[in-house]
Amino acid sequence: MSGYLTALVVCAVTVGTIGYLLRSRRIREKYAAAWIALAVAVVAVGAVPSVLTWLARLLGVQTPVNLLFLVSGVVLLIVCVQFSVEISQLEEETRTLAEEIALLRLDVEDLRDRGVRPGGDADVRPPPPAPPA
Amino acid sequence: MLVVIPAWNEEDALPGVLREIRAVCAAEPTLSATDVVVVSDGSRDRTAEVARAQGVPVLDLPINLGVGGAMRAGFKYALRHRYDAVVQLDADGQHDPAAIPQLLAAAREHDADVVIGARFAGAGTYTARGPRRAAMRVLAGVLSRVTGTRLTDTTSGFKLAGPRAVPLFASEYPAEYLGDTVESLVIAARAGLVVAQVPVSMRERQGGRPSHSPVKAAVFLGRAVLALGIALSRPSNRTARARFHAAAEVKG
Repeated sequence: MSGYLTALVVCAVTVGTIGYLLRSRRIREKYAAAWIALAVAVVAVGAVPSVLTWLARLLGVQTPVNLLFLVSGVVLLIVCVQFSVEISQLEEETRTLAEEIALLRLDVEDLRDRGVRPGGDADVRPPPPAPPA
Repeated sequence: MLVVIPAWNEEDALPGVLREIRAVCAAEPTLSATDVVVVSDGSRDRTAEVARAQGVPVLDLPINLGVGGAMRAGFKYALRHRYDAVVQLDADGQHDPAAIPQLLAAAREHDADVVIGARFAGAGTYTARGPRRAAMRVLAGVLSRVTGTRLTDTTSGFKLAGPRAVPLFASEYPAEYLGDTVESLVIAARAGLVVAQVPVSMRERQGGRPSHSPVKAAVFLGRAVLALGIALSRPSNRTARARFHAAAEVKG
């Protein structure tokens, strides 16, 4: 199996997976742009390997494949940092929700103790329609 | 005033603590308008039921958030029910409720917004030995400079927060490791609040002794310094924003 074929298969699988995840809404749109850009880049380099050679010469990298490793390393690093940020935000949101749930639960208990039924008493329901005159 | 008791699986010690608080409040005329709320921090035992059985309202957190998270819930409760001051008291019986009037007196005397019930300030026999003591001294030294008052015990969980501190802590009390002690003091100092400490005697914890291993002390110091460094390097407009949100919450 030639190296070229391997590269194409890897590309196809990557792009296919990202496409599937996006379509089935398992990746939200706000992350989609980055992943689509990555998929396009993978396809470009996979289909036309000379792009990498040209880019490497342009940037002064002697061995083109090292440029690939550098870029992929940087991309992974950015993704990891972004995940850390997102996780921190999610934790803060979870914490706020947990606090709010506890506060609301206490309010509900309080109301129940005072005789307000959770199902709703007559005063919660709309008044019955007036009989036709 | 509101006494907030963060409790995580404390069904054994909690009833005694609640009874003690009730006795102290009944004996002290200055504490006649004191309510108690227990924050059950994702407890898996009967902590919440035990407190409810004594007629004490319980904030029952569905997941364990740590002391900082439990306390922020307590501060929010205090803010929404318009309490002027919050006393944080541990559920394990380590803190003596009889010292609450001392905290209040210190707040009045120094016009302080945060009063720490400190363990190494003369009263009582509580001592930490060896490396852990050294680590705590380093922390106390740095935080004394940050707050502009001499503090000897910065990791005490026995604290009073006054009317200006409650809205700030209701939105900004950190949940990270040591956030409820070290970082909260930095936040208070950054917001221009006055911090004071008063010596209180601590009792032996019911279960589990503090460790004296040098490795653990080093880890403790490392994490504390990290928490402190991050807290100090944070842009200060964060606290200003917090105050704005707190004020908005009071109005709305």
